[in-house]
Amino acid sequence: MQRSSNILGRLDWVTVILWLVMMIMGWLNIYAAVYNEQHTSIFDLSQRYGKQLVFIIAALVLAVMVMVTDNKLWFFFAWFIYGFFLLLLILVLIFGNEINGARAWFSIGSFGLQPSEFTKFATGLALASFLNAQRQSTGWRVMAPATAIIMAPMVLIALQPDMGSVITYFAFFVVLYREGMSIYVFISAMLAATLFLLTLMLGNVPVASGLMVMAVIALAVTSGSMLTIKASGVMAVTGGLSYLAGHYLLGLDIAVIIVVAVLLAGVVYLWFIYRQKLKMPAVIYAFLISGILYLFTVDYAFHNILQPHQQTRINIMLGMETDPYGEGYNLNQSLISIGSGGFLGKGYLNGTQTKFKFVPEQSTDFIFCTVGEEWGFVGSVVVIGLFVWLLLRLLMLAERQRTIFIRAYGYGVFGLFLGHFFVNIGMTIGVMPVIGIPLPFFSYGGSSLWGFTILLFVFLRLDAGRSEYLG
Amino acid sequence: MKDRYANRKYLVMALVLVAALILVARLLYIQIVDKTYRVSAANNALRPVPQYPARGLIYDRNGELIVYNQAAYDLLVIPVQTSAFDTARFNQILGITMEDFSIRMKAAVSYSRRAPSVFMKMISSETYALLQEELYRFPGFYVQARTLRKYTRPLASHLLGYVGEVDNKLIARDRYYRSGDYIGISGIEKSYEENLRGTKGVTIFLVDVHNNIKGSYAEGRYDTVAVPGTNLWSTIDLNLQEFGEKLMRNKTGSIVAIEPATGEILALVSSPSYDPELLVGRVRSANFSMLQADTVKPLFDRALMASYPPGSTFKIMNGLIGLQENVIRPSSLFSCSMGYHAGSLTVGCHSHDSPLNLPQAVAQSCNAWFCNAFRNILENKQYPILGEAFDHWRQYLVAFGFGNKLGIDLPNELAGNIPTRSYYDRYYGKDRWKALTVISLAIGQGEIGATPLQMANMAAVIANRGSFYIPHVVKKIGDDGSPAPLYMQKYITGISPENFDPVIEGMEGAVNGGPGSTARGARLDSIIICGKTGTAQNPHGKDHSIFVAFAPKDNPQIAIAVYVENAGFGSTFAAPIASLMIERYLTGEIKRKYLEDYVLNLVIRPDAKE
Ligand SMILES: [Zn+2]
Repeated sequence: MQRSSNILGRLDWVTVILWLVMMIMGWLNIYAAVYNEQHTSIFDLSQRYGKQLVFIIAALVLAVMVMVTDNKLWFFFAWFIYGFFLLLLILVLIFGNEINGARAWFSIGSFGLQPSEFTKFATGLALASFLNAQRQSTGWRVMAPATAIIMAPMVLIALQPDMGSVITYFAFFVVLYREGMSIYVFISAMLAATLFLLTLMLGNVPVASGLMVMAVIALAVTSGSMLTIKASGVMAVTGGLSYLAGHYLLGLDIAVIIVVAVLLAGVVYLWFIYRQKLKMPAVIYAFLISGILYLFTVDYAFHNILQPHQQTRINIMLGMETDPYGEGYNLNQSLISIGSGGFLGKGYLNGTQTKFKFVPEQSTDFIFCTVGEEWGFVGSVVVIGLFVWLLLRLLMLAERQRTIFIRAYGYGVFGLFLGHFFVNIGMTIGVMPVIGIPLPFFSYGGSSLWGFTILLFVFLRLDAGRSEYLG
Repeated sequence: MKDRYANRKYLVMALVLVAALILVARLLYIQIVDKTYRVSAANNALRPVPQYPARGLIYDRNGELIVYNQAAYDLLVIPVQTSAFDTARFNQILGITMEDFSIRMKAAVSYSRRAPSVFMKMISSETYALLQEELYRFPGFYVQARTLRKYTRPLASHLLGYVGEVDNKLIARDRYYRSGDYIGISGIEKSYEENLRGTKGVTIFLVDVHNNIKGSYAEGRYDTVAVPGTNLWSTIDLNLQEFGEKLMRNKTGSIVAIEPATGEILALVSSPSYDPELLVGRVRSANFSMLQADTVKPLFDRALMASYPPGSTFKIMNGLIGLQENVIRPSSLFSCSMGYHAGSLTVGCHSHDSPLNLPQAVAQSCNAWFCNAFRNILENKQYPILGEAFDHWRQYLVAFGFGNKLGIDLPNELAGNIPTRSYYDRYYGKDRWKALTVISLAIGQGEIGATPLQMANMAAVIANRGSFYIPHVVKKIGDDGSPAPLYMQKYITGISPENFDPVIEGMEGAVNGGPGSTARGARLDSIIICGKTGTAQNPHGKDHSIFVAFAPKDNPQIAIAVYVENAGFGSTFAAPIASLMIERYLTGEIKRKYLEDYVLNLVIRPDAKE
């Protein structure tokens, strides 16, 4: 008795209240999204809002259950929990039900359970446990296995395939950043992402040309102009010759020719550099060649690995495709709903766009449409404010930990909430591509609500018992 | 312990603020700065009206139109926008009762009061004209144009398939479809749905309380234009198809005709059939139930979905495999005394000269000859055990397209069946079976099943001397298009071209040879037809009559398989039908009126007994 009241005393009630407020706001908005004069009772269990109430009550029970556990459980069983949920992800590929083209659900009667929503907290635990054992030693010997812990569920979820959920796992890199992963990794990733977007927007040939120009400039800056002219001449002649040969004599694909031309030119160039006994030009060339190979890989991956609807979403997001009925349409409807909300909104249950049933998944992934339409800018900012409060609160809690285990786990929770928050709201207002992931505590659905509740409360429980010795 | 990276928390914090700032800034823009999203007056409503594109047309191989579209109209209602109106007049125009009206209205309200739902589907052009004049008196109602399929001739219903409304399961699976959309459900309509359907558009209108459209919302910024469907050019020769359907009237069975050089299907007949117009529009569901309940199964596409033992037509395959495996020669002689006898086993045969060589055995369809040949194939000393020889035998058949779906561009194709070695191992025990155990395979009986399509493809392979293109029914996707890539790839079967010579000689003899030839009823004076008869055993009644053929012998233009169920021996019924089809296709006319009349007057009841 003494101990449990201690726990309640040390529990971070601010976060708990934020959690409750968000769930209730979500429920009211689901009611508005599904609302129809024919079904007026908000407790009608045949409707989504009735079901969501049941999910919320179950979430409360789950939260209490997590609170009565012991911190040692989460610490010592982190790997077991992780393994268990990975196994579930494998099983769902075999026995799962296909909904919306993804084999992501277990059906229990009429009720569906999505294991990928629960794997998030398990991954957070395993990652935290691993980093805890490393004592902030960094370098690839630590970061490579840590990345593998994050990637394993991503690969299994990609097989379903549920690319929306896969993307959310990138949030765990916040943990690695906080625990010392080299800043250069993030800079390289950022560069890679920029190159990726540029390649898709401009095509691979212009970007490759741009990279070559940059390489020549870098050479000029580091090695002086005379050498630059000679080296560029060597490269241009070899590259040009192999291009001509490839194009006119062998009739190869333009992309293949460019890669081959650059490689051949590079070999001659390196030999030239070797004779001059210079180091910097070789490094520049290495960057150039990896950049070009990368962007051709991106181009290939985009057109051959991504599914057409995913390509379409990215294209819409980049403003390269505007009118496709399916995807662009959702975004348009979503923008109209939110935009028509104005400053104060149309008032609760008075949304007109919301009632057209023209935004699909209005109560799940597009729940923010209802907020924006009926509560306007003010309501939207309140919701965003709640999330910012929750996120900063989580950071504060994570930073006050004395063990890396709890801090790393806390950062994982933080990262996931940040990712879902930004991507979900971002997609409804067109700053992110349409990716089917829920808005935590707002979107309709038992699996996501429970997944997020467990994720959050395991952290709150760990935080409440932070002075306990984990041994 | 020292926390070396504690400072990194500030960047993370900044990340949260930047993310929130981006979202708030964007919201500020779309909710406050940009006025286009605002609906001007509270009473106004937005009405998104889907723009349905016209479905692609379907032509035959000669450019004759087969399927096109006609206009139809759906009457929609938005319950919240309705107000008191003259329901009596309204019902009079639509020809419905007050009770009917209430049911429809209730259904609409229960779907949604604010979203449009279909009040009445596919009203006729006449009703539409009447209604359009008075529509201003019925606030909340409006009409949406749709298209329905229309057919130039009542033909090829199995091949073309039909169009119907999407079901909820599909809506959940595919984001393109919304409730009320049409989708191809069978035939070409289904397999080329994505080409035919085009892309829907949407126009968003501002509508005032009096049901008047006040204009397009936000200057049409959120409208999308409908893109019409792609036209298809079928490989079908509509005249040949019509002739085939006519010949098969009053009979159960199918005809598959293929152009050997390309794999293009010239005619695909399944009898009994139905008029494709029956499955269009409002009458569709009633007619569908009626067709489904019909005992002669008119909806069943026998050409692709019925698997029969191929009977004697299969002797060709054993002849080819034997030659390729070097276990028989064209000149190999086997004797026949009214059948094949081995110990207590007897496979009967009819009376004919003996011994025969390969071409003669094909022409006269000698069971004993092919039992010997099949035994040589399986007891081939080149392989250590019989099972391995069997595997090789099966591989040749698979290469011909037997035992698997050929991959035609139509849904619901059947794979047929070629038994596997493991099947017999399970049945008789591992390696405990011999050539004699499975001797019925020699003459195409037993556990073997092939569809008419597969048999027609076999005829095409023989015509091509060893290669084929997968049979397909669409030769151009788009007016200047090509077939799907799969159908431009040539497949080879592993039988050398020269091994086809003696078999083709036999098939020529079967139709054009002297006494003892089995298919003289198929003979045509002007053109050399090569063919082979067969009889599919039918445990439920009279056997099925089969004939496979190609013509002309040199530079073949058509390969064909004809099945007539419950008609008995192949030469009597299937052979003349095939012969007439070939004559019609190659000469464009029928000179043998007596033969045509004979076939047209044949009535074969599906329940015929021996
Ligand atoms: Zn015989």
